[in-house]
Amino acid sequence: MTDVLERPAPAEGHGHEAHGPTGILKWLTTTDHKVIGLSYTVTAVVMMVIGGAFAEIIRAQLASPNGTLVSLAQYNELFTMHGSVMIYLFAGPFAFGALANIIVPIQIGAPDMAFPRLNALSYWLYLTGSITMLSGFFVAGGAANFGWVAYAPLSSSVATPGSGADLWIGGLLLTGFSAIFTGVNLCATVFYLRAPGMTMFRMPIFTWNLLVTAILILLAFPVLTAGLIMLYADRHFGTHIFSVAGGGVPVLWQNIFWFWGHPEVYILALPFFGMVTEIIAVFSRKPVFGYKGMIFATLTIGALSLGVWAHHMFTTGTVLLPFFSIMSLLIAVPTGIKMFNWIGTMWRGQIWFSTAMLMAIGFLITFLVGGITGIYLASPPLDFFTHDTYFVVAHFHSVVMALVLGAMGGLYYWGPKITGYMLNERIGKAQFWFLFIGTQVFTLPMYLLGLRGMPRRMAIYPQHPSWQYLNDWATVGAIMIGVSTILFIVNIVYSWKRYPAGDNPWDGHTLEWFTTSPPPHHNFYRLPPIRSERPTWDYNHPEHRALEHGHGTPAADGSAR
Amino acid sequence: MRTEARVLLSLGVFFAIMDSVYWVWSKEDAGGVMIIAGTLLCFLPGLYYYWWSRRMRPRPEDDPHAEPAQGAGVVGTFPGTSIWPFTLGMGSFVMVLALVFGVWLVVPGLGLVFWAIVGATGESRRGGQH
Repeated sequence: MTDVLERPAPAEGHGHEAHGPTGILKWLTTTDHKVIGLSYTVTAVVMMVIGGAFAEIIRAQLASPNGTLVSLAQYNELFTMHGSVMIYLFAGPFAFGALANIIVPIQIGAPDMAFPRLNALSYWLYLTGSITMLSGFFVAGGAANFGWVAYAPLSSSVATPGSGADLWIGGLLLTGFSAIFTGVNLCATVFYLRAPGMTMFRMPIFTWNLLVTAILILLAFPVLTAGLIMLYADRHFGTHIFSVAGGGVPVLWQNIFWFWGHPEVYILALPFFGMVTEIIAVFSRKPVFGYKGMIFATLTIGALSLGVWAHHMFTTGTVLLPFFSIMSLLIAVPTGIKMFNWIGTMWRGQIWFSTAMLMAIGFLITFLVGGITGIYLASPPLDFFTHDTYFVVAHFHSVVMALVLGAMGGLYYWGPKITGYMLNERIGKAQFWFLFIGTQVFTLPMYLLGLRGMPRRMAIYPQHPSWQYLNDWATVGAIMIGVSTILFIVNIVYSWKRYPAGDNPWDGHTLEWFTTSPPPHHNFYRLPPIRSERPTWDYNHPEHRALEHGHGTPAADGSAR
Repeated sequence: MRTEARVLLSLGVFFAIMDSVYWVWSKEDAGGVMIIAGTLLCFLPGLYYYWWSRRMRPRPEDDPHAEPAQGAGVVGTFPGTSIWPFTLGMGSFVMVLALVFGVWLVVPGLGLVFWAIVGATGESRRGGQH
């Protein structure tokens, strides 16, 4: 079945009732970006729960100095798969596959993604890649155990002979291609399927960030895929690209991996920056403060991200320290612009402290902690001191837990649009406090542990009172985060079809709030005229229209309902 | 179209400058080559969009004063449902499993991939019919 889409005149969209198969056959054959996006969302949240369970086991093991919950070998598998599941299978796919897949086409007034069948293929590659990577637990020798970065001598067939490592490589090949296809799809959608009047500088910040994310995916992921093929060849075909024995260079793997790995950090972060921007603007009842500055900052982060990879490799002694230090420190400038713009958006706004807004504010605080410690680590002398200690672990857990807060905010904010039903706000706020306080209780002791010299990736540690008590606090924080995840699942079950949302429950700004909840097949029955970056707001509040950029923000005080 | 071109070209120009500084300063080849590849990846579509932006009238989505009705007409052909992405995905899955569980899995894997490519191509050529 094929639909030739025409935009009928005037002001009509192309939404219509969905037809075709239902049930499992619908799931298998769909090319609708909303269904695919929902599959992505559910799969990614399941992966978050699996990765979170690994984290809880790790923290339980570390609660006492000589923990005996898991063996040393199992511990290596657990931290490897915790990192791999969280980065490759949860954070990335959730960032650019889940909410982006659903929201980006609707935000620009498109009927679907540009390549719907490619989009479906992306999902199947993601799902099968996840299964491939996790099936490592069921083969002899267990799952991959060389850390989520698979550093070269350790990932060779001599050091890690098991097939769990090969399954890890295979799973990454599949999810890598899935990401590349999604990147192609997002770029083409944004470039070719915008609604009339939706110029590039009227796109919502979320869509802008996803565009830059997609470009970064196209720059970074092919490098990882190539590196994985080299690694597999080293393991099985007798090449010596990464082994000294045959004249290879082990550090080359680190270069290749981090050339993907650092842009990947922004591939993970930028979509959540976008989500938070939308949430803060809507719940402060103001336009985004410094819209063009935000876009400039996003593009700058994207541009700089290609020149910072070796700050993960300062201690290898083979990299140009001043260059990477300067570039890494420069990233703080656009990120700081974003911070100020988020605060400026809230400034004198009428803030509605819904769960989504609380999550967004929690994101700002947690990300600030993670970002500032990132500036420490960009300085080589400090990095030499803290490299491979818990300080680094705490730094990137502050960052990724901020992203989890953003993801939860996104789910509370867009959930009503996707499903047509709201989530319970009271349980949501309880979830927020557990997640937010848990995150701080979990990361702050790890910073101190790192400064006191505790290395990462160790299953047992010397019996020292100050280390143990800090580790216990981190475990308490991890348990609180686990409770918040359980509260989220409880909330979904409790709120199942309980609170109908209506089309525009938050008085939103962007086009997705103009259509029905959930949106019809091909998204729109009609489109409003687009005259600013908040077309739905302009349509609903003609007395408070946004002006052209550079003409002030008229809705700053008059936007109250 | 012009803004799209500018975004990609400015990224490409930045990468070119950054790479020349990096390569001359560090004399490290892997990173230098990878940033050059990134530069080319920005210039290729960027120049294509720039070339087009000079030769076409602004599309309705590039016109800040466009009315929704200006978008009337054919947007594109969108497949309603299709089993071929699933088939292709499963074929790729089986082929990756061949890396671990045995080369013989390449045969069914390639079979599924080939079947899916033929099927999807046929579906596209039939496109345009409801």
